[in-house]
Amino acid sequence: MSQEQHVFLEVKDLRTRFHTPEGTIYAVNGVSFSLNEGETLAVVGESGCGKSVTMMSILRLIAMPPGKIVSGEVTYRDRKLLELSEDAMEHIRGKEIAMIFQDPMTSLNPVLTIGRQLTETLRTHTPMTPEQCRERAITLLDWVGIPDATKRLYDYPHQFSGGMRQRVMIAMALACTPSLLIADEPTTALDVTIQAQIIELAKRLKQDVGMAMIWITHDLGVVAGMADRVIVMYAGFIVEEADVDDLYDNPLHPYTIALLQALPRADRRREKSLKSIQGAPPNLLAEPVGCPFAPRCEFVQDRCVRENPLLQIVEGKHKAACWVDVKTGGLR
Amino acid sequence: MTRYIVRRLLQAIPLLLVISLILFVLMQNATDPLATMGGRTPTRPEDRARLTRQLGLDKPVYIQYLYWLIGNDWTKVDLDGDGTAETQGKRQGVLRGDFGTSIVQTGRPVTTVIFERLPNTLILMLTAEFVIVLGALLVGIFSALRQYSLFDNILTGILFIGYSMPIFFVALSTMYIFSINFQRWGLPHLPTVGMFDPKIGKTTGQIILHMILPVFSIAFISFAAYSRYIRSTMLEVLGQDYIRTARSKGLPKREITFIHALKNASLPIVTIVGLDLPLLLGGAVVTERIFAWPGMGRLFIDGIDRGDTPVVMGILMLIAVSVVIFQIITDIVYAWLDPRIRFD
Repeated sequence: MSQEQHVFLEVKDLRTRFHTPEGTIYAVNGVSFSLNEGETLAVVGESGCGKSVTMMSILRLIAMPPGKIVSGEVTYRDRKLLELSEDAMEHIRGKEIAMIFQDPMTSLNPVLTIGRQLTETLRTHTPMTPEQCRERAITLLDWVGIPDATKRLYDYPHQFSGGMRQRVMIAMALACTPSLLIADEPTTALDVTIQAQIIELAKRLKQDVGMAMIWITHDLGVVAGMADRVIVMYAGFIVEEADVDDLYDNPLHPYTIALLQALPRADRRREKSLKSIQGAPPNLLAEPVGCPFAPRCEFVQDRCVRENPLLQIVEGKHKAACWVDVKTGGLR
Repeated sequence: MTRYIVRRLLQAIPLLLVISLILFVLMQNATDPLATMGGRTPTRPEDRARLTRQLGLDKPVYIQYLYWLIGNDWTKVDLDGDGTAETQGKRQGVLRGDFGTSIVQTGRPVTTVIFERLPNTLILMLTAEFVIVLGALLVGIFSALRQYSLFDNILTGILFIGYSMPIFFVALSTMYIFSINFQRWGLPHLPTVGMFDPKIGKTTGQIILHMILPVFSIAFISFAAYSRYIRSTMLEVLGQDYIRTARSKGLPKREITFIHALKNASLPIVTIVGLDLPLLLGGAVVTERIFAWPGMGRLFIDGIDRGDTPVVMGILMLIAVSVVIFQIITDIVYAWLDPRIRFD
C-alpha cells in the first residue's frame, strides 16, 4: 500500500435522478465515499444499482435532461467538480480523470482513425506538437500490447477485435497520464481469456504507474485479484464498504453475503449448487421507505421495512448499512 | 472502386431502357399533340389525318418507341402525310444522341429546347438546395444540441407551419406582401415575375433580385423536412457510446459536435441530398409557373399539356440518367465518409 494515505477524491451525499415520462428514477440516493492516491476501489452491484451513474455523475457525463444531479459534493484535489463550469470540467476530463466504458465495440468512433482518436486527447490537453502526439500514441499502443503500433494508427476501429479495442480505449484513457482512471465494467463485454488480459493490464497500470483506479464491475471474482477496497451498491445506496480481504472474510450485509454465495469457487464442492438471490432488483421509480433490500433479504426484521439503515462504521474501516447483525440474526 | 462504378453503369443500361419504355407508352396514351395544334381554330379532319401520318402517330406505339430509340434512317417515312412512305427517315434515335425535334416548337431539336432552359432551372434550384441544406444543417444541429428547449420548440412550430403549407400559397403570399404591397406602400420591393426586367436586361443583379422570392418559397417548404431529419439523425448520433467517450476525453464541445457527431450523421444526410439533387433538374413545377421562371418545370408542364412527347421524354430521361449517376456519386461519397464501406 502507498505510504501516504492521501485522500484526493471525496464524494459526499451524491444524488442523481432521471426525470422520464414514466416517472422519476431514483438512480443514486446519497452516495458518499473517498479515494486515496494510488488506491484501487472496486464498486460492485447488480445491473441498475447506480454504479455507472455514480461515476458518470462525478465526471458530469450524465445526459441532462433527463438526468439531474440533485445534490451532493464532489471534491477532487480541492476543486468542487459539481460547481465547475463546463469549460473547466473539460480540463478535468481526460486530463486528470479518465474513463473507459463497458462496450469497446461501440465506444470508439467508427469513422475516425485510431490515431486521430488517440492523439486528440493530447492535442486538447497538452502543448505537444503533432509529431510528439504521434510518438506518444505509438508508445501507448505498444504499452497496452498492440503489435505493429506505427501502422495501426491509420486503421479504423472496425479493423480491431473487441479485446484490441478495449486496449485502445485504455491507451486513450492513459494518454495524458491522468491521476484517476474510472473503468466502467471494462471486461463485461469480452470473453474470458481477453478479460484476463485486460485485468492483467490494469494490474500493470497499478504497479508500474501507481494510478488510482475505480473499477466498476458486477463480478466479485475480478475484484478479489486487484482491488484494495470494495464498495457494494444496491438500489442507488452504498450498502457495504470494506477492505477487500475483510469483505470476503467477514461480509456484514446480507446482500454481500448473497452475492458471495452466488459466486462459483474452485475450492467449493461441485455438488453444492450456487445460490441465487430470490426476487427481482428493486423498482427505482420511488424512494424506498425501508431498507431497499428488505423484500429479498433472508434476515429481514420489522424495522427493516419501516426504516432505511444508514451506512455506518461497524468495526475499524468496515462500514455497512444494515439493522441486523448477520452473525446472530438479531438487531444490532 | 473503378470496377464497381463500371458495374453500376452497366447495370443502369437495362434499367434505363425499361424506364424509357414505360414512360414512352404512358406519354403516348396520355396525350394528343394534335388536340392543341391549331390553336383556337379546330383542326379539319383531313388535316388531322395528314398530321397524324406526318408525325408518325399512326404507327403502333412499339414502332414509335423504336424510332425514338434507334431512329428511322433505316426505313422510309411518310413525310408529306399523303399515305405512302416514300421519304428516307432522318432521325438517328436516342441511342445515337438524337432526341428528336419538339412538336410544339416546330422543328427545334429537343436538346436545344432543353438546354436553353436547364441553366435557368439549375441556378434557381441549386441556390434553393444550398440554402435548404446549409440552413437545415445549422438549425438541425442546433435544435439537436438543445432538444426540447424553448428555441427547439418554437422552431419546431414554425417549421411545422412551413411543412403543412402548400407551396403555391407561400409563393403567392410572399409575392403579395413583398412585391405588390411593398410597392403600394412605397417601400423598396421585389419583382413579381420573370427572370429579369426587360428594360434593364439580363444582369446578374437582376437575376439575383428575381430569384429571392422563388428561392424563399422553395426553401421554406422543404426546410422543415430537411432540418427535422438532420435533427433526429444528430440526436441519434449524439446518444451513441462514442460521443460519451469523446466527452469523457474532455474534448471541446464544438469538436464533438462537428467532427465526432457530424461525420457520423452525415451518412444518412448524404443519402437524402443525393436522392434530391437529380430531381432538381426537373425544376420546381409550381414555383416556376407562379413566378414565370423560364425553367425546366414550366417546359415540362407545357410539354405534357400539349403532348410534346419528344421534349417530355428528353426531360424525363435526363432526370433518370442523373438519378443513376447521383446514386453512384452518393455511394462514392459514402465510402469516403465511412471506412467500413468497401466495394471490392
